[in-house]
Amino acid sequence: MNESVAAENLKTMPLDIEQIRRDFPILHQQVNGKPLVYLDNAATAQKPHQVIETVAAYYRLDNANVHRGVHTLSQRATDAYEGAREKVKTFLNAASEQEIVFVRGATEGINLVAQSFGRESLQAGDEILITEMEHHSNIVPWQMLCEQTGATLKYVSINDAGELNLEEFDRLLTDKTRIVALVHISNALGTINPVEAIIRKAHAVGARVLLDGAQAAPHIAVDVQALDCDFYVLSGHKLFAPTGIGVLYGKQSLLESMPPYQGGGDMIKMVSMKKTLYNDLPYKFEAGTPHISGAIGLGAAIDYLNNIGLDRIQQYEHELLEYGSRVLAGIDDLTIKGTAAKKTSILSFVLKGIHPHDIGTILDNEGIAIRAGHHCAMPIMERFGLPATARASLAFYNTREEIDRLAAAIIKCREIFN
Amino acid sequence: MFDLQDLYQEVIVDHNRSPRNFGKLETANHVLEGFNPLCGDRLTLYVETDGDIIRNISFDGSGCAISVASASLMTEALKGKHMDEARRLFNEFHDLLTKDNDIDLDTYGKLAALAGVRAYPSRVKCATLCWHTLNAVLQGEQTPVSTE
Repeated sequence: MNESVAAENLKTMPLDIEQIRRDFPILHQQVNGKPLVYLDNAATAQKPHQVIETVAAYYRLDNANVHRGVHTLSQRATDAYEGAREKVKTFLNAASEQEIVFVRGATEGINLVAQSFGRESLQAGDEILITEMEHHSNIVPWQMLCEQTGATLKYVSINDAGELNLEEFDRLLTDKTRIVALVHISNALGTINPVEAIIRKAHAVGARVLLDGAQAAPHIAVDVQALDCDFYVLSGHKLFAPTGIGVLYGKQSLLESMPPYQGGGDMIKMVSMKKTLYNDLPYKFEAGTPHISGAIGLGAAIDYLNNIGLDRIQQYEHELLEYGSRVLAGIDDLTIKGTAAKKTSILSFVLKGIHPHDIGTILDNEGIAIRAGHHCAMPIMERFGLPATARASLAFYNTREEIDRLAAAIIKCREIFN
Repeated sequence: MFDLQDLYQEVIVDHNRSPRNFGKLETANHVLEGFNPLCGDRLTLYVETDGDIIRNISFDGSGCAISVASASLMTEALKGKHMDEARRLFNEFHDLLTKDNDIDLDTYGKLAALAGVRAYPSRVKCATLCWHTLNAVLQGEQTPVSTE
């Protein structure tokens, strides 16, 4: 067997979940006397020790400020930080490292685009098109931008399955539309949006497209050049990396035309009392000392994911979601919210007569962590006429046994309340 | 580890399933909304006062079992009470859920059923939402109450 065949075989081999679970130290503990079942991955994912150790080793051995020191540690820190940028570039298949801006998270990435690109290029009468299934982080920055510029915000509605009404998108997309911003995969429903077609149509009317990839990046392979999106944002902490680090991808020509978002050190070439010459990309958008260890941790998380292979992860998670959907659908009085034909990793549900918070508390008592609430997507809850849902969100370290524990605990909720 | 039965006592389950004094009160002269933005719990409190006496009180809205049962029990406890008595109960109820020192549960009547919430810090706001809304009514406030 030659090497490439062996590598191919490795890529199609099923995941060794036991081995993977050993990589995540946090999973091996008791919560309320029961083995932890962590099903709140859409809120934040757990970190493999490869990430934890990389961050710890950076602080133990290399910690220094980047881009300024002549000393050895500073050079090492800079190399590691820029090395992480290179990894992100490859991970997203961006054309250049200059297109990768480190930010605090997807939220900051969207705010950056709204305040820099949006404020510069929008005026009264222009329109921004988003959807009903956005996270608050992809609603509020645009509402703020509309207040500042006099532009109008429009929403594409969703159907009962939690899919975008594409005919309505076609209707709302006009030559007034300057920005289309939408979630790649919904954090509340799991819907995978048909972003390729949306981007193509948006470009045809001259609009720019931002994709919120916070929920997509941990679950499917993203290729920003194939998508042809103008901006893509993601959060490191949902991608098995530390909190406080995220990525804004932007097409180079756009980023170059945009004014800085924040002023400070590192984003300048030369400062005099009268005038400042801004730095090149991506540093123009990275004022101040960045989250160096976070970026390095994100690089380690990307290495970790690449070693497993996102294709294999996607396959495994798909089977786990199918299994979970089947098991949950078999529970009396349980309704799954979000049944899009194309979805991933999210099991949002309601139980007749039992509020999601009570479900959350009872499950916690069984050692099971889920999210109960509006998932920072109140317009979706409004759409479905619900105050909240319970949400189990999967990662590739979750198992069928954990889904069974979830189902048993949900049945216990019914026993307590019936 | 805490026993779930301490939280979801029979009284709570019953008041959640069939909340007392639930629905709009047409004769109310005070109407105030309370909400918990963290979880989306939302209730409206309707209070009919006659001088300093709470003649009638009701609520509606949506929330978890703890918040619905707490509002139901609160309205039962307050009907016909003097406002000073309501203020005293507000303070006592607050102590019941937040203070660790020994509390004589016998003095709380049915409200004691909510003592189990103490062991679940993330749920204390569920139980106190209605009381904070009531307190705002007693203070004569007009703006909706938020627990955040």
